[in-house]
Amino acid sequence: MGRLSLRFAALGYLTVILIGPLAMMVWRTAEDLDGAWAAISDPDTVAAFKLTLMVTAIAVAVNTVFGVVCALLIVRGTVRGRGFLNAFVDLPLSLSPVIVGFSLVTLYGLHGWFGWFQRNGYEILFATPSIVLATIFVTLPFVVREVVPTLREIGTEQEQAAQTLGASGWQTFWRITLPSIRWAVVYGVVLTAARAIGEYGAVALVSGNIAGETQTATLRVEDAYQFAYGNYAPAYGISFVLAATAIVILILMIVVQPKEARH
Amino acid sequence: MSISIRHITKRFDEFVALDDVSVEVARGSLTALLGPSGSGKSTLLRIVAGLETADQGAVFIDEKNVTGRAPQERGVGFVFQHYAAFKHMTVYDNVAFGLKIRKRSKAEIEERVHQLLQLVQLEGLAKRYPSQLSGGQRQRMGLARALAIDPAVLLLDEPFGALDAQVRAELRDWLRRLHDETHTTTVIVTHDQEEAMEVADQVAVMSAGRIEQIGSPRDVYERPANEFVMTFVGQAHQFGDTFVRPHDLEVTLEPNGSTSEVMIDRIVHFGFNVRLDLVGADGERLSVQTTRDHAELLEFAPGQIVYVRPTRHTTFT
Repeated sequence: MGRLSLRFAALGYLTVILIGPLAMMVWRTAEDLDGAWAAISDPDTVAAFKLTLMVTAIAVAVNTVFGVVCALLIVRGTVRGRGFLNAFVDLPLSLSPVIVGFSLVTLYGLHGWFGWFQRNGYEILFATPSIVLATIFVTLPFVVREVVPTLREIGTEQEQAAQTLGASGWQTFWRITLPSIRWAVVYGVVLTAARAIGEYGAVALVSGNIAGETQTATLRVEDAYQFAYGNYAPAYGISFVLAATAIVILILMIVVQPKEARH
Repeated sequence: MSISIRHITKRFDEFVALDDVSVEVARGSLTALLGPSGSGKSTLLRIVAGLETADQGAVFIDEKNVTGRAPQERGVGFVFQHYAAFKHMTVYDNVAFGLKIRKRSKAEIEERVHQLLQLVQLEGLAKRYPSQLSGGQRQRMGLARALAIDPAVLLLDEPFGALDAQVRAELRDWLRRLHDETHTTTVIVTHDQEEAMEVADQVAVMSAGRIEQIGSPRDVYERPANEFVMTFVGQAHQFGDTFVRPHDLEVTLEPNGSTSEVMIDRIVHFGFNVRLDLVGADGERLSVQTTRDHAELLEFAPGQIVYVRPTRHTTFT
């Protein structure tokens, strides 16, 4: 009896908090499919999705390399300040993205320390570079956080065995370490991508939000909502695509998981 | 190839793991580093392999000074207690690893790997992953992997420590036969004195970062250099400054001039051997090892009063 009611409580909570809002959005999208499709196929929306994908690709690439190197330093390194690095990597998780965006505006603004770029025509702010920087900042911890525990768990014996068998540091990394942490890297990449696609706050402050140029998909949703004038179909349509992407990513993770358990 | 370990000292912060340790390992021999945990034996082995660096001293392999060299350049085969199997590779790929690094031809690798898998009796399991093998099979794979590179010396760090008693005994026996076939200079680290006695030609007994004695298994057992070796290698009872092994005590039913009176507390049967747990008049406990036939002849029973006398003893001055 107790277990049954607990299960109902958990399901009810999930329904109210997670499924309710999403279901409502899907419902509204379905009510005006033509309007939603028109918004999705609008050239500016297509441009926004392209920008989001590009920014995500760069953030994933940069943070995967950084994340693996950083995790190796934290777990295997002998340099001082590893503890500091380990703690600092989590900063983007605790810092509001709005503050991240604001501090980037301050840093790269005309009077900021890095204002030289902006003053000399190398546009960072209100252009793609700042969107990329903001996204990299907020997605920085995910690969590191996934890889660190896995590296700890596998230990150093396999790497030492490879060394005694003649493998150089580089060969040991590619043939032993990387294959051993590959699923952790995959999870980290998935989380990074999901977070990058969904990023709003930091990007909102730095991008300039010019439709067709510096407007990402999430910014376009906000725009479609702000300037709906009673027609919410475009906002629903674009939101639906973003939400569907997130759910596909979630399903991918679940599909990948059993393989990890098998090895 | 011979190994010469000369005056190795190693500290971890304040803790002295190895204190001026020297050992000579003759070409083609099998040497055991025997000691309790924390005695520094594994650290010493890892220094020979280059996985750990010594603070002082030198290591020579085949008369070449390898002290400053990386593990990759030493040509040692290393076998780990917990196998260190490459989990994402098949048995075949594990064994082939060192040969692939050395860029041998595919045909050569295939021939060598199959030959080694045959040697370690894993022919049928080449396509399995380590997680699909038993502990004993994983360790045989570890040995084949280490042997694949034709190592100058083979170093085994508690190789059978994680296995159950029966597999342990089997592998120990098998390792000795393998050594007799290949004659690869081998050093095995163990805390199990029986294992050391059974496989090694030479035993180096270690304690607290120092070598206590180096000699043949028989030497170390019969002519221990000090109290530590006497009590660590085999059992011993101490009477004042004299030490007696449990099988060097004679039990009789009648007293004579040199015997002491004891009571039988418990009789433990180990097949051919029988152990008598005895309590002396002063409450001191000791055990005597004797044969089943002897125990039956004298009709020992718990609670019985008997008399013991050492037939052979050792004194350290």
